[in-house]
Amino acid sequence: MKMFSIPQSMHFAAALPLQSGEALRDYSLSFETYGRLNADKSNAVLICHALNASHHVAGVYEGQDKSEGWWDNMIGPGKSLDTNKFFVIGVNNLGSCFGSTGPMHINPDSGRVYGVDFPVVTVEDWVNAQARLLDALGIEVLAAVMGGSLGGMQALSWALQYPNRVRHAVVVASAPNLTAENIAFNEVARRAITTDPDFHGGHFYEHGTVPKRGLRIARMIGHITYLSDDVMNEKFGRHLRAASHDGNQGAYLYSTLEAEFQIESYLRYQGDKFAEYFDANTYLLITRALDYFDPARTYGGDLSHALARATCKFLLVSFTTDWRFSPKRSREIVKALLDNKRDVSYAEIDAPHGHDAFLLDDPRYMGVVSSYFDSVAKEVTA
Amino acid sequence: MSDHTTMHAIAKLVPEGARVLDLGCGDGALLAHLQNTRGCTGYGVEIADANVLACVKRGVNVIQLNLDEGLSMFADASFDVVLQIDTLQHLRNAEVMLRETVRVGRVGIVAFPNFAHWPNRLSVLKGRMPVTRRLPYQWYDTPNIRVGTHADLAVLALRSGLKVLDSFGLQEGRTVRFAPNLLAGTSVYRLSR
Repeated sequence: MKMFSIPQSMHFAAALPLQSGEALRDYSLSFETYGRLNADKSNAVLICHALNASHHVAGVYEGQDKSEGWWDNMIGPGKSLDTNKFFVIGVNNLGSCFGSTGPMHINPDSGRVYGVDFPVVTVEDWVNAQARLLDALGIEVLAAVMGGSLGGMQALSWALQYPNRVRHAVVVASAPNLTAENIAFNEVARRAITTDPDFHGGHFYEHGTVPKRGLRIARMIGHITYLSDDVMNEKFGRHLRAASHDGNQGAYLYSTLEAEFQIESYLRYQGDKFAEYFDANTYLLITRALDYFDPARTYGGDLSHALARATCKFLLVSFTTDWRFSPKRSREIVKALLDNKRDVSYAEIDAPHGHDAFLLDDPRYMGVVSSYFDSVAKEVTA
Repeated sequence: MSDHTTMHAIAKLVPEGARVLDLGCGDGALLAHLQNTRGCTGYGVEIADANVLACVKRGVNVIQLNLDEGLSMFADASFDVVLQIDTLQHLRNAEVMLRETVRVGRVGIVAFPNFAHWPNRLSVLKGRMPVTRRLPYQWYDTPNIRVGTHADLAVLALRSGLKVLDSFGLQEGRTVRFAPNLLAGTSVYRLSR
């Protein structure tokens, strides 16, 4: 039985104060919900998305093939996060390009498209916006908040910003902040976009262009960091794009411009696809939100001190081959929670797929999340 | 040591309401028992995926960690009791772990198979490594890489500067105070810094 998703949107007239000191007013948030909110509104689970995902978390759009939500393997009737038991909410973050107010929309103050003038939003700002959506939906306390990667940062931030509104936080393949190397990858991606002549200082909409070259490169470098060396080798190895008809390796093209190896054409394809649908300013905003996230910063870098505010129970999951958000980073969060004597479980899944593993099926990963939500469900009235 | 009588004998050593760290907690049965019957709180540490899953299923906090990488995640004296039940004999860094146990816990409780139990001695005397209910493995497939006796641990504790608060044997769930090195299949130590 397929679950059909219906995108919704909610408008917020009141200004949302941002960490930068700026504010956003007259904005909308796109969201989807799955399952039913119980009578005492105690079974809501908020899903936070990562870099290039959206509010379309689970289910399919009626009449549209291959329109599964980005975490459809995890969330749905009878799945690890069971929508027969929980009321699941997916929300698109501010600054995104999938429906919620973003840089491609009109700035009510100027009457012009925001473009690069869209205010810089942080993980904390997103969480505040999500909290307002929950207010509007009449949900005071979340049974759980869950996210992977940048989504995991939001889940962690929920526990810090609204400790009384979260009972469980499920933080997958995430980190308490980005390392210098990680910021460096983001910077390469941003420079690829901003130095594309079609970027026009971020106001490319007015020029009727899209900095596709920059977006392609940004996606290519991102994609490399989401995979592991082993998986890439297994999938592509040194295979040439042009294999001969008998299945043997063909001859080299001896070209520097043609895509010679399969990995090259794969990355080019991924880059092309991404540049067709993703907004350049959104990419800049979201990578910046990743860079800025650092809850320990106001505590002199002391994460244990920073996490003292969190009172909910935690499940953390990391993947051994994830080098973009390595297990070491998850362990830092676990340690800070242990220092505060918080309830926490931590699973380190030995999966080969690198950072991407958090979106893939692995029976150990799914089993732990599923069992965790079983125990959350026991606290929730039917 | 999955039998219930042994588990209950160990559980009795843990004070009511204690904050417990169970190193090599297996499927979390002991921790769940301590939580449900003695009001204890705490965490288990496990490396095996199936055991981590079993703990989450039981609602026991579990941290997936390789104990051979140490206990740096845990602060000094952050637990009332650190349990190492049938764990020590699997560890490459058994000596370090013993010291870590009493660094992290005010009291460490260590239980492990006593290779000097008389049936084991008899077996070795006959020229063969022991295979018993307590030690069901062949020499070539045993996960017990540290083969020690009740008496050996006393020597190691002394050498590592640990205080032995109590030590005794366990056999069929009963406490063995007389000649435990000979008469008990399981050796138990209560240690502190």
